[in-house]
Amino acid sequence: MINLFHAYRYWIIYSIFSFIIVLSAHQEWVNAYIQLVMMFIGINIILSSSLNIINGYMGEFSCGHAGFMAVGAYVTSILNVWLFASDRVFGPAVFSEIWALILFPVTLIIGGLAAAVVGILVAIPSFKTRGDYLAIITLAVNYIIKSAIENIQSIGGARGFMGMRKVVNAMSDVWDIPWMLIFILIFTGLTVWIIWRFVSSTYGKGIIAIREDEISAEIMSVNTRQMKITAFMLSSGLAGIAGGLFAHILGYINPGSFTIMKSTEVMVMVYLGGMGSLSGSVISAVLFTILLELLRPLQVIKWIVIPLMLILLMMFRPEGIMGNREIRDFLPLKRK
Amino acid sequence: MSLLQIHNLQQQFGGLTAVKNFSFDIQKGVLPGLIGPNGAGKTTIFNVICGFYQPTSGSIVFDNKSIVGFRPHAITAQGIARTFQNIRLWSEMTVLENLCVSQHANLGYGLWDAIFKTSNYRHKEAQVKKTALHLLEKLNIQSVANERPKSLPYGLQRRVEIGRALAAQPKLLLLDEPAAGMNSSEVEQLIDLIQWIRKEFDITIWLIEHDMRVVMSVCERIIVLDFGEIIADGTPEIIQNDPKVIKAYLGDN
Repeated sequence: MINLFHAYRYWIIYSIFSFIIVLSAHQEWVNAYIQLVMMFIGINIILSSSLNIINGYMGEFSCGHAGFMAVGAYVTSILNVWLFASDRVFGPAVFSEIWALILFPVTLIIGGLAAAVVGILVAIPSFKTRGDYLAIITLAVNYIIKSAIENIQSIGGARGFMGMRKVVNAMSDVWDIPWMLIFILIFTGLTVWIIWRFVSSTYGKGIIAIREDEISAEIMSVNTRQMKITAFMLSSGLAGIAGGLFAHILGYINPGSFTIMKSTEVMVMVYLGGMGSLSGSVISAVLFTILLELLRPLQVIKWIVIPLMLILLMMFRPEGIMGNREIRDFLPLKRK
Repeated sequence: MSLLQIHNLQQQFGGLTAVKNFSFDIQKGVLPGLIGPNGAGKTTIFNVICGFYQPTSGSIVFDNKSIVGFRPHAITAQGIARTFQNIRLWSEMTVLENLCVSQHANLGYGLWDAIFKTSNYRHKEAQVKKTALHLLEKLNIQSVANERPKSLPYGLQRRVEIGRALAAQPKLLLLDEPAAGMNSSEVEQLIDLIQWIRKEFDITIWLIEHDMRVVMSVCERIIVLDFGEIIADGTPEIIQNDPKVIKAYLGDN
């Protein structure tokens, strides 16, 4: 029994934590605004920790993360609106409300898979280029995706796409609990779990070897091409899932939400937390989201204060909050 | 039986011919040395064998299998591992992790197994760790298993790099100037290490070296390279007195 508890201790702790959050939202102990901030924290955790695979662990410089997010957001939204909501373009709902609830995670994963396929588009040029040149390629991919969506009129083009609110309402009709918060908690937990398992396995450490010395990694038996494809697919796939969740919280998306600004925001979180530190990414996503909200009263001046804080951080602690350590490196217990 | 057969290897970089008509056979178990002045093309030959460069022409047959055109990691999987002239360890990983990751080719599991910690994963991961720990113990460096390589003295870094190459379980080990930058007591230890590895692991070693103490005490056969061509081939005694070798190193008078 003790052993069982020990083996699943992180899951048990996380489940209890999630239950408390969902309960407090359901009983309305916290208001809708706080709930929204909590949901954004979850999405930012997924985004920053997934970008950390590329920019932190693998040491490449990808600055088009919002592009992958856009692919996931649009694919998931279109699927859901087509299947579960009556809409001008897609006609009446195909399935009943209960299916919206059951199939929502599936549509999220399909959105993630679509984003992962786009991730391969970036992985292939990364075989031959790296550093600044790869950064420019990722930037270009971000713009290509944004412009492509802007020019497809059937999904709203530059005007944006909506109808996801109806899907969320359909879920609430089945059983009125804060479903979006629950899904975000589940997928945030899954993301951190998947990335942690990946980078702590000898297989995943191949990408750290690529960061340290790509030539010796390739010569000493790491299949660098395969590892790059895996890393880019994992990273962009998770970003796609974050995009799907993002779309359903807001109920409305337009290509303008997925520009280089959004990518920069995610990059800032990665560098704030520390490259190659998963706990750093989680901590910085929480801090950064809360900071943005706290500084909201400053309005435009916010965008002077935050960059200024970044400059100071880079001057006095360039390795970020955690460096490349994890929280448990600081805990004296259970280091075997 | 020859382990490695190189026939008429030619390597050109634009107008420069780095290696010309290089033919050489390595029998299983012998320990040949490759020497020559700076820029003679020694490291280029190693880079071609490892697949880092694609040869302009010529054939390389390893263990009865042509390896020309293979990517470097696939060649390592066939059984050729190497060390580098300037140490190229993965410096942010621990010594133990370095020795684990170089077994990447024999890992036998993928992303799916890693995420779900399947029984296959547990089994293979335990095996990888066991091999790495076993090697560290044999090389007498288990005390630094959790250190990062950059914090170790130079001689020890060499030892770790040789350990990393051995962890890939090669049949042929290529050592590119292992004694470069070592002081004389480290060189003594290196000579012992090379001789011991040969006995202990039953592998073939091929050595590039400038330090004549190392070459003369461990190599049974020496080939001398100058401007990409073999100018002499034979036992250490013959090479030492070969006028062409003396000319290549010291010039005419």
